[in-house]
Amino acid sequence: MSLTANDVKKIAHLARLGIDDQDVESYANDLSGMLDLMTQMSELNTDNVSPMAHPLDQIQRLRPDVVTEHNQREHFQAIAPQVEDGLYLVPKVIE
Amino acid sequence: MYNLTIAELAKGLRAGEFSSVELTQTFLKRIHQHSALNAYVTVTDELALQQAKAADAKLASGDASLLTGIPIAQKDIFCTLGVKTSCGSKMLDNFIAPYNATVVDKLNQAGAVMLGKVNMDEFAMGSSNETSFYGPTKNPWNTNTVPGGSSGGSATAVAARLAVCATGTDTGGSIRQPAALCGITGLKPTYGRVSRYGMIAYASSLDQGGPMTRNAEDAAILLQAMAGFDEKDSTSVDQPVPDYLADLNKPLTGLKIGLPKEFFTADLNSDMAATLEAAINHYRQLGAEVKEVSMPTLKMAIPAYYVIAPAECSANLSRFDGVRFGYRCDNPADLSDLYTRSRGEAFGKEVKRRILMGTYALSAGYYDAYYIKAQKVRRLISDDFKNALSEVDVIMGPVTPTPAFGIGEKLANPIEMYLSDIYTIAINLAGLPAMSIPAGFINGLPVGLQIIGNYFDEARLLNVAHQYQQVTNWHQQKPKGFE
Repeated sequence: MSLTANDVKKIAHLARLGIDDQDVESYANDLSGMLDLMTQMSELNTDNVSPMAHPLDQIQRLRPDVVTEHNQREHFQAIAPQVEDGLYLVPKVIE
Repeated sequence: MYNLTIAELAKGLRAGEFSSVELTQTFLKRIHQHSALNAYVTVTDELALQQAKAADAKLASGDASLLTGIPIAQKDIFCTLGVKTSCGSKMLDNFIAPYNATVVDKLNQAGAVMLGKVNMDEFAMGSSNETSFYGPTKNPWNTNTVPGGSSGGSATAVAARLAVCATGTDTGGSIRQPAALCGITGLKPTYGRVSRYGMIAYASSLDQGGPMTRNAEDAAILLQAMAGFDEKDSTSVDQPVPDYLADLNKPLTGLKIGLPKEFFTADLNSDMAATLEAAINHYRQLGAEVKEVSMPTLKMAIPAYYVIAPAECSANLSRFDGVRFGYRCDNPADLSDLYTRSRGEAFGKEVKRRILMGTYALSAGYYDAYYIKAQKVRRLISDDFKNALSEVDVIMGPVTPTPAFGIGEKLANPIEMYLSDIYTIAINLAGLPAMSIPAGFINGLPVGLQIIGNYFDEARLLNVAHQYQQVTNWHQQKPKGFE
């Protein structure tokens, strides 16, 4: 199976990932190579096999619904690219 | 002093032969002297000396652990409060972690001295350390070759005596493969044994932290401090941590070793096969029984991994959006441009490749064909291991197809690079513990032997590795120029 340059652009948009125009072709090649590798899996019959999401088949642990985190807004915002009055700033979304 | 192991240094510190401050100064000097290896991203000189002073006080008062005062390198994937935590990426080049990873907290409590943060493949994606934003780390055995990856900085630091020991993480072989290529001992614990809290996520169902050391005894000491249940990690397993030193000296009489016939095929390089055969003969002399086992689905591990790992990576790395921390592009036109350009400018090519692959595998219409199929294959691989481990105590095999390859040699061909993880990846899919120990040399470059065990059987792996290291001296060889 192979992916086209257009497919790559579509996937990159889904991932909100900027890629250089000059690299699109090489990503298409690399991803097609990876897909060829993956299609090897179709040789294996997996009917009636349950998908394995966790190595130990563990169930998600629950804890009492109590507050365990305290407010550290200033501490965390100290490393933010742009903040004002405790808010994260991004370009205007609504005109 | 820098050639001593943790156990030897702990004795020397208690006997007053040297102080932790002297020891730390020795290592800091070596790190700066050998900076051309590019092992460290950040050297924390001041903090290290502060920690060393505190360790000396603890040692004097008698309130010390085996790790108190021991200089250690932290892989730059573990968050360290107030210290840059880059994960080998331009994305986090400006990231000063606001909290400590649990592993870092535990090692601080044990009194270890952090020398700095060591280099790695970007976001742990790579097998050569060449995808790092900070440039490749060099292998001290031959500086034209790679140290392996992703924990390449950790392996080089330990092999070149730029740290006594180091932390690493292993998603598809990232502790074992660099340990093998640099001639050190590395252990990937059972999934869930070591907390992942504050360990920057690549593929959450596969990632596991572990020790990288000079020998198995040191690995036992370091794992002892790293392992344990952590409420802050939802996949951490609540099981008591055994005393990893207790069983090291148990004789191996009657130990059952399985050799998967799928590992020992005609494809295996003849020098590698001969080296492994010699190692396995040592085990026969130690009283072990060796038999062939079969794991027919092993060959599907690479295809399954390159669906599952990129899928989880594409989800995990969506948090790097240029809004709350990390890199942000200049003058974004709008919010979409902010996301797209920040990510586009700050992620390297290999990371982008995997985000694209994962996004595709999870997208509508392909989810069942790729992701669900890979998870089913994962189950079959895991069952293969379960069956084999019901017949034998440990499984042995190669860690890598070849010794260290040249810097730049495989960079142009990502698929070829992926195939170099063929012997390690299946173990992560199954979630089992495995070690790499030095087992010889090919053309002057170290080769590793892989030992795979059952879930939570780290103590046995360490015992099996330690007994081999009592009758061989591969682990004591030092790279020329770093003795």
